[in-house]
Amino acid sequence: MRTMQQTLEEILNLAARHFNVPREQLSPDDDFFKKLGIDSYQALELLTRLEQHFNIELPDYEFQGVTDFRTLAERIQSRL
Amino acid sequence: MLDLSQYQSLGAALRDALERWPDEVCLIEDDRGREKARLTYQQFKEAALPLAKALQDAGLQPGSRVAIVMTNQSKWLISAYAVFCAGGVLVPLDFKLTPAEQQQLLKHSQATFLIIEGFLWRNLAGAGGVKDTHVRTVLVTEAPPNTELAGAQRWEEFRASGEPTFVERRRDDWASIVYSSGTGGRPKGCVMTHRNYLQQCIALTALYPFWPGVRYLSILPTNHAIDFMVGFIGPFVCGAAVVHLRTLRPEFVREAFARQKITYVSLVPLVLKNIERGLRERFAGLPLHKRLALSVLIALNRQLTRRRQNLGLSRRLLPDVHRAFGGELRAIIVGGAFSEPATLQFLYDLGIPAVNGYGLTEAGTAITVNDLRPFRADTVGKPLPGMEVKIIQPDGDGIGEVAVRSETVMSHYLDDPELTAQTITDGWLLTGDLGRLDTAGHLQLFGRKKNMIVTAGGKNVYPEDVENNFEGLPVKEFCVFAAGYLWPERGPGREELLIVLHLEPGQSFTSSLRQEVVARNRRLLDYKRLSGYVLWEEDFPRTASLKIKRDLLAEQIRRKLVRDQGVVPL
Repeated sequence: MRTMQQTLEEILNLAARHFNVPREQLSPDDDFFKKLGIDSYQALELLTRLEQHFNIELPDYEFQGVTDFRTLAERIQSRL
Repeated sequence: MLDLSQYQSLGAALRDALERWPDEVCLIEDDRGREKARLTYQQFKEAALPLAKALQDAGLQPGSRVAIVMTNQSKWLISAYAVFCAGGVLVPLDFKLTPAEQQQLLKHSQATFLIIEGFLWRNLAGAGGVKDTHVRTVLVTEAPPNTELAGAQRWEEFRASGEPTFVERRRDDWASIVYSSGTGGRPKGCVMTHRNYLQQCIALTALYPFWPGVRYLSILPTNHAIDFMVGFIGPFVCGAAVVHLRTLRPEFVREAFARQKITYVSLVPLVLKNIERGLRERFAGLPLHKRLALSVLIALNRQLTRRRQNLGLSRRLLPDVHRAFGGELRAIIVGGAFSEPATLQFLYDLGIPAVNGYGLTEAGTAITVNDLRPFRADTVGKPLPGMEVKIIQPDGDGIGEVAVRSETVMSHYLDDPELTAQTITDGWLLTGDLGRLDTAGHLQLFGRKKNMIVTAGGKNVYPEDVENNFEGLPVKEFCVFAAGYLWPERGPGREELLIVLHLEPGQSFTSSLRQEVVARNRRLLDYKRLSGYVLWEEDFPRTASLKIKRDLLAEQIRRKLVRDQGVVPL
């Protein structure tokens, strides 16, 4: 079972890789829309990648209003 | 299709539709490529009537207002029919609004019932619920078991036995209160009558007909006027089916086209642009010989369908493209903002008509739609049947404010006679949009009246018109403003146009990008030319239909930048 910290770390790594942003530029409390320069459409793509990575299903509605990596990690952790 | 001219209300028309096509499928719910539910008209009726009876038992009176806050799904439509059946007035609210905004509109609408999806109720209840509103009964759909519902009841259990009393309504009775775009400040509740909807439905289905077997993919939020009409009323009064998706992730939307054999869909330009990008990438990945063959076939299709659409021919010429869309797609309706003509043309050349439409909630959805006779990428089409459109005080180029007169125009703004009088004068709805009718009767739009700039030389310039010249500029997004609009304290005498550029992450303003801006700028008439640019690092604020919120963006820029430091001359 992953710890919250591990989940967060994996999300940051995956986001950096997928959107081609240096990992060291991303922090847990960053607004991922701004930091990754993505729109809501691309954020949905990110969710799909995260589902594949963690092998879970994430309903879109769980992420309404979520903009930072830490909250994203909490929502995912609760489903692991 | 039912003969809607014979009906007094939406409720009566829907009631007859449920009787007429009991075995036809009316709703399909799809979740990640799995079909989750499928309802026939008979099953829809069986789900709605016990709800209507329970609403009546709980005190719903004719004219009572019922708010619905839900994502697109079957329970939205079942609830709406139950409300109409009991003679209620629907108040569809945007599920993407914040709880505080929802509370503001609930209060303004004086809704006494609220039907809301589980996760949305969780957010709303956490922010104080409905205590400062008129809502007495809250029904929550899909609440997880053993969840505390904060005084609400479960929609799934809110049922009563026995037949509800069907309440007849007249054409001029209120059917709904729809809040038009724009939150914060003064709520604009458009009061729509049954007449408005029935007439709109007659006009739209004359151009884009539905029939049993047709499938409409409902993606735009149902609380919006357009999806309410073409993703509910239109298909239902024709015995057709509506497909809802539980997730709007691009890959599942793409898959749904093919798997559910979609006939029509309405989209906003941003999503259309994504479809174009996806197709272009796929074409670019083909081996050279296939790519060449494809270009020849596309050119041939373009030539043969220039005057008139020929779906059968296009499907034969480009079978793989059409198969990817399910093979049944007849039209993609695009509204909500200006679409790039190049995108519309690209899709039309593939035999996929993406047609521009123009409308606003106050006008009862659509005012003009392209009728494909012939296809035009550069206009928003001709007025729908029954819609009178005129241009008020046209300038030398024929451009003026678009006004509309029709039986589809809303009754009034709720509790706002002043705003109503400003908006509807002598029976004409003033849209606030600037346009021109060309000789073929097509409407071309140039922008919002309030955004218009009058230059020192007395020329009218429309920022949206100038933006068209920069379509396809390789940046994330851009927007044109008058400098005096961004920094009004400077006063007259320095009226200049500026382009605000938001670059892609990691992108920098290179000399080649600068050259492209300069080159495109030169193509403009001298009085329309930009004098500088502003680099902006944040996403532009957008409405639910993805239009740029110009006022808000201007305010953000004003707060963060000083004119002399923020503007770089071109």
